[in-house]
Amino acid sequence: MNKLIIEPNPHIRSDNSTKQIMLTVIIALVPAMLASVIIFGARAALLISICVGSCVLFEYLFRKMFKKSRTIGDFSAIVTGILLAFNLPVTLPLYMAVIGSFVAIVIVKEMFGGLGQNFANPAIVGRIVLMLSFPAQMSNYAVPFYYKDGFDAVTTATPLSAESPDQIPPMLDLFFGKHGGSLGETCSFALILGFIILLVMRIIRPATPLILVGTVALGTFVFSGFNTDETLFAIITGGLLLGAIFMATDYTTNPMTLKGKIIFAFGCGLIALVIRQLAGMPEGVAFAILTMNIFTPVIDKITRPKPLGMKDSKTVKEAEASKKDGAGEVKNDVKGEVKNNVKKEKNNEQS
Amino acid sequence: MILNAVKLPEYKDSAEKKTETPPLPAKVIISLSQNIGAPCEPLVKIGDNVLTGQMIGDSNALISVPVHSSVTGTVEDEVKILSVDGRVSRALVIKTAPLNKMHESIKPPEITDKASFLKAVRNSGSVGLGGAGFPTYVKLSFDKSKTPVNTLIINAAECEPFVTGDYREIMENSRNVFEGIELVMKHLEIPKAVIGIEKDKPKAIALLSDIIKEKNADGITIKPLPLKYPQGAEKILIYQTTGKTIKEGELPLHSGCLVLNVSTVSFLAEYMKTGVPLITRRLTIDGDIVNNAKNIFVPVGTPLEELIKSANLRKTPDRIVFGGPMMGFSAYDMQTPVTKTTGAVLFFGEFNKTTESACIRCGKCIHVCSMNLSPYELNTAYDANNIPLLRRLKVNLCMSCSACSFVCPAKRNICEKNQLAKQLLKENKS
Repeated sequence: MNKLIIEPNPHIRSDNSTKQIMLTVIIALVPAMLASVIIFGARAALLISICVGSCVLFEYLFRKMFKKSRTIGDFSAIVTGILLAFNLPVTLPLYMAVIGSFVAIVIVKEMFGGLGQNFANPAIVGRIVLMLSFPAQMSNYAVPFYYKDGFDAVTTATPLSAESPDQIPPMLDLFFGKHGGSLGETCSFALILGFIILLVMRIIRPATPLILVGTVALGTFVFSGFNTDETLFAIITGGLLLGAIFMATDYTTNPMTLKGKIIFAFGCGLIALVIRQLAGMPEGVAFAILTMNIFTPVIDKITRPKPLGMKDSKTVKEAEASKKDGAGEVKNDVKGEVKNNVKKEKNNEQS
Repeated sequence: MILNAVKLPEYKDSAEKKTETPPLPAKVIISLSQNIGAPCEPLVKIGDNVLTGQMIGDSNALISVPVHSSVTGTVEDEVKILSVDGRVSRALVIKTAPLNKMHESIKPPEITDKASFLKAVRNSGSVGLGGAGFPTYVKLSFDKSKTPVNTLIINAAECEPFVTGDYREIMENSRNVFEGIELVMKHLEIPKAVIGIEKDKPKAIALLSDIIKEKNADGITIKPLPLKYPQGAEKILIYQTTGKTIKEGELPLHSGCLVLNVSTVSFLAEYMKTGVPLITRRLTIDGDIVNNAKNIFVPVGTPLEELIKSANLRKTPDRIVFGGPMMGFSAYDMQTPVTKTTGAVLFFGEFNKTTESACIRCGKCIHVCSMNLSPYELNTAYDANNIPLLRRLKVNLCMSCSACSFVCPAKRNICEKNQLAKQLLKENKS
């Protein structure tokens, strides 16, 4: 007889695992990855490989150095690497991508304790640090399909920073990603495909992306004087869809309850809208998500579900207080009775 | 409000097979502490001959029920056993004699009023057969002036995977189920009864509703429950059948509800007719290495090694579970006996041992908790030894259904930690 396994209940477990979740996210990222290679050429593939490779390597080395368990098998570093690459322009020098990976994995993720412990999305912070450190290189967007003409990368601006309507390409081109931008954000079609994969595989709930995009769309609609073209344009250009579908839905850095997710997504949308409309930057989704990441613990606290049949401390106190009062009354009654009896006895004695 | 719940695989392969009766075991080990409440004192000595149904243990404590011999034979030994749920209890080992003879005390009890009914229920040795094992007569002896019970809820949900004992009870003894319900309603003056049953058992529902229609029992209704775990947990069942929420620290009685398991009421009806006490138990034998999943009748006290013989296993098991897979206990000793509350014995050989990894804050545990707790936060509070927070987050309401551990992608033993946290609160009473 082999040894019996003794474990606490339950003795059966669901099929889902961290690894499987991460793998599904990677699969959902594949359409956008293919789109980026088609649009921006082989260098896009190189940049993605560099980011993924360095992210995995940094995680492996860090955990080895600090004598922690090996975790690269859960694939979460791969997801971070792909997402970080998606946030970079194809022209970015490779060493900068490695710096981004270092920030994302070592500083944001591992230094806070690794998977599940980071308060901010690693890829987003990686992007923001690079954006602030190398503003020129980070906004050096390539013209789509530049490689077909045999040129080196010709640069262009993201359509979000276009100053006159003539600079804006046709809407259908925009939707399929034929415009300047960072690797993963241009092809809305591929991102929406990824969104559908995530929904069908039940990795995320639709609330966060829909509310985030909805808030930005509605706000832009109002700000632009009810211009549908401009609203649509705001949705399919820039990092809005990438952020809403893949970054704002990151388990670790967003609230756990549905109510919390709604507040989080609305907050993201609002901040992104304010930055886009009022601040001097064409793009605000990354900052919006980072800001709301910081609010996540507070949101979690205020949206905590109320246990079934719970007596909150207030009602318990009231109940105890009323009990005491009740007891007091009884005592008074007894006293009263005793007094009456004594009086009666006295009366009897007197008579 | 729709309560949180989790969809589980069913694995109910034993559902449509008639309960079998394997040959009697060579010996039985009858625990003197079979249920919640005080353990019994033995009424027989080593060397005594006992007959089937003879009372061999009893106690004067308020919450206790007698234990009866499940076989005819000789008391060989008195041993101390460690039950699967971790309790140490005394047990009598009885060697089975070839001839099975009923004890002379076995005859239908005379019921004249409520008091004699309750006395009979106690003498039957009946405990809740759903698994918790609370003595039935204690549950029935409520004071009607303090807690006016108006609804009898019959728990036929059977939401645990694999387990089909209650379903078989309805399919094989539906008359008894009905009579048992009427019996309790009559003697305790409860006007209405609801049978809560998961809606994937249409045959059982049809069988029961036919009897109800035939007997014109207007007071009894059937409430089909969604196919989600844990419908059979007392508080959840009450909510699903009556819409009432049991307040923290209160009993169902305070909300006018009395919950009994379907097999328990059926047993009561049978006992009133025959007088045979609770000495046999219907067990579901199943698991991923069991060739022929089935239900069997075994005498209470049958040791695990005898069960393996009738289980027909494909390979040696590496995990044996007493009870359902969600709330049952790991067995570790081949001598572990079946008790009155064992509903299933499951043999597994292909489920891997789980290893915990880091929590990724996916929130699945929160979405499946029927009690609306935050298992994730309870775990971090326990790790931080934060007793006030544990108290505020109401870890005491956790009913250890283990839905949270089931869904956890990081395979964390969330539910186990909640139990440790409950223990911590008990040790640190304010």
